[in-house]
Amino acid sequence: MDVVLLSRLQFAITIMFHYLFPPLTIGMGIVLVYLEANYLRTKDPLYETAARFWTKIFALNFAIGVATGIVMEFQFGTNWSPYSRFVGDVFGSPLAAEGIFAFFLESGFLAVLVFGWDRVSPRMHFFSTIMVALGSIFSSIWIVIANSWQQTPAGHHVVQMTRDGRPWFIDSQPVLRAEILNFWEVVFNPSTMHRLVHVWIGCFIMGAFFVMSISAYYLLRNRHVEFARRSFTGALLLGAISSVAILVSGHFQANNVYETQPAKLAAFEGHYQTGAGDLNIIGWPDDESQQVKFKLAVPGGLSMMLHGESKAEIAGLDRFRPVDRPPVLIPFMSYHLMVAFGMFFIAITILSVLLLVIGKLYRQRWLLAVFVIAVVPAVLANQFGWVAAEVGRQPWIVHPPVQWQESGELVVGADGYVQYEPNQGLRTADAVSTNVEGWKIVFSIVGFSLIYLLLAAIWLFVLNDKIHQGPEPVGVDRKKGGAQGLMQAAASLASHTGSMTETHE
Amino acid sequence: MLDLNLIWFILLAVLLAGYIILDGFDLGVGILHPIARTDQQRRVVINAIGPLWDGNEVWLVTFGGALFAAFPEAYACIFSGFYMAFILLLFALIFRAVSLEFRSKLSSRVWRVFWDWSFFASSLVAALLFGVAAGNVLQGLPLNERGDYVGGFIELLNPYAILVGLMTASMFAMHGAIYLYLKTDGELQDRLNTWMWRTFGIFLVMYILTTMYTLVNIPLATANFKQYPWAAVVVVLTVLAIANIPRCIHWCRPGWAFLSSCATLAAFVFLFAMALFPNLVTNSTPDISSLTIYNAASSPKTLWIMFIFAIFGMPFVLAYTVVIYWTFRGKVQLGDFSY
Repeated sequence: MDVVLLSRLQFAITIMFHYLFPPLTIGMGIVLVYLEANYLRTKDPLYETAARFWTKIFALNFAIGVATGIVMEFQFGTNWSPYSRFVGDVFGSPLAAEGIFAFFLESGFLAVLVFGWDRVSPRMHFFSTIMVALGSIFSSIWIVIANSWQQTPAGHHVVQMTRDGRPWFIDSQPVLRAEILNFWEVVFNPSTMHRLVHVWIGCFIMGAFFVMSISAYYLLRNRHVEFARRSFTGALLLGAISSVAILVSGHFQANNVYETQPAKLAAFEGHYQTGAGDLNIIGWPDDESQQVKFKLAVPGGLSMMLHGESKAEIAGLDRFRPVDRPPVLIPFMSYHLMVAFGMFFIAITILSVLLLVIGKLYRQRWLLAVFVIAVVPAVLANQFGWVAAEVGRQPWIVHPPVQWQESGELVVGADGYVQYEPNQGLRTADAVSTNVEGWKIVFSIVGFSLIYLLLAAIWLFVLNDKIHQGPEPVGVDRKKGGAQGLMQAAASLASHTGSMTETHE
Repeated sequence: MLDLNLIWFILLAVLLAGYIILDGFDLGVGILHPIARTDQQRRVVINAIGPLWDGNEVWLVTFGGALFAAFPEAYACIFSGFYMAFILLLFALIFRAVSLEFRSKLSSRVWRVFWDWSFFASSLVAALLFGVAAGNVLQGLPLNERGDYVGGFIELLNPYAILVGLMTASMFAMHGAIYLYLKTDGELQDRLNTWMWRTFGIFLVMYILTTMYTLVNIPLATANFKQYPWAAVVVVLTVLAIANIPRCIHWCRPGWAFLSSCATLAAFVFLFAMALFPNLVTNSTPDISSLTIYNAASSPKTLWIMFIFAIFGMPFVLAYTVVIYWTFRGKVQLGDFSY
């Protein structure tokens, strides 16, 4: 039994399921803050109704996010104990900070957000909502810092450990670990900011499309029309801005990946041979023949993107020893699917914004139907991005630095390959717990898979139930009738292009 | 000699004590949940911890993260060594969370009964596992040169560890009973009065059995107390805290009973810490060193950075925890947003 493969498989399953929930928490957190701020400002009951509805869904997602999140923290120790020993001095602190500064904040104030509507003043409740939203964002900061350090380590040195005051050897091998030198260099390592911005925008997209999916469904069914329009409009603006922004962020991040992890970028683009690079739009990378089959590409496009001119040399996978190369198929496909979905998001959100401006959006039933389903590619794009990043990082669990020459070429050894310094990184194969037998990991994989399948089914079932129930108007506000209610209803028409007399479209 | 390693040993004990006190009553409420007869009563029991359990569980997450950062050798040893126990614990914690979250979302009777039993079973399993883990650590573990646990899984289910597991479960049940008594009224509260006495009685028996077994058969657990006689103070305080519980219940001061129960749980964590000190994991293999707060630790720089985090962060945490508990004081009131 290949315990390395089993542990990697378990990590992939558990993290991909977990990652359904935090982005929704982050995205919806912002939506909740927006809705409650508007309620406090305008006292319009529809905002309160909307906030209470989305809070119920938020709480559901949050609970599963927490339950699946503890699994991740424990898994570093259970399945990756050599890794934990090697990086604990550096990697452990962001994780501890995540607990102290983020988890307490979001989980604590969640109590007031979900259960405290009728127990505290609207201002205190709004404060709690902000704290939950902030807490979820803080937590993403620390975990992205930690993961970015794995990709582009900095601010540390690798030293031999001591035992009883003497340098520690086991079987004549020095026992090594990374130790921190500079906290800020660890935090602001070469890839942190790129990745953090990209992750955040990805979360906003997922949250926005989630809200739009549910809102579009209501619009198609002609239910809760006013609520759905407002929710849809807010989410559409968030989604449109985010979709364009993530393209820009992605471009800069790809450049950063090329500078710090060129083998990964080569895998993303299927760039086997060093030389001018084509930008593959689609294709199928074939390791045997070392080329991309069935390709549809922009010639010189990759060189254009990375260096600004189409004949510039891009380092290929051939610059790396075969044992140092990442797999190509999975990173290539997930990266390309992520980008394809991203383009799709730009197209439908920009189109929708244009239609909204001229007042024809809510009449396009076909477009609303697209949005009902578009949450699925939004989730997949987030997942594929992470798959590309983590599989592309292989065979490393801590990726060693690469050196570039002035000329823009990689520093290579006599054999023509990049010489990674062996102690500056850690291979995934060397990071797995050695005292955990294969059968135990099979047990836990099967256990988590079954439990998570059950949770997914129940989550979708309860979500569906809540959506069918729909938002419930807040009781006391139904009493607001007469001229005041009418003026509020008029003011509440989001785009100001809708008509007071036209109730259905 | 207060160095950063010792400070972090103490802070970890504080984080662990915080978790045991807070999630202790969450798990205790779960264990007692079946005593609620009607759907209404079951909802009341669940909502006694509804807003709070999530924040309470964060103490465990933070303890784990701090252990990882401050003593990575110990974190790696314990988590990989107790692999199956941790996996089962994770399953239990997942089910506890989703039982609470999903149970009242649909009105089907079958649905609710399923999640009620899931809530009970997952709480009980988690409590047992914590005790089993503690019982094993107290006996010392066989480690190799690298610090990896080299024992098996079945060895972890030895009589002493199981006894400590049962004691822990009964302790949480008692703690949960007193908490529920404070949060309920009417017929449910009356029955909880009986259950406070019952769970205290079971806990007392388990405590006496465990103490006797420890004194007679677990030399590693008592060695420090022989070496540092002043540690007997903690033992005396533990006994006084335990004795105060029935006294407070009898004199109808359940609030003080709860505080005594909290003190009892904290005292056990400190007894545990003192039994271990200066080790984090005592090696039962001769000639190979144990994992101590010095050789299992991160570099002084990391310990210092973490200390700064703790100094800045924990006061905020304590402050808003108090505010949030204050917001949900008093008897359980079921509303639109309750579970």
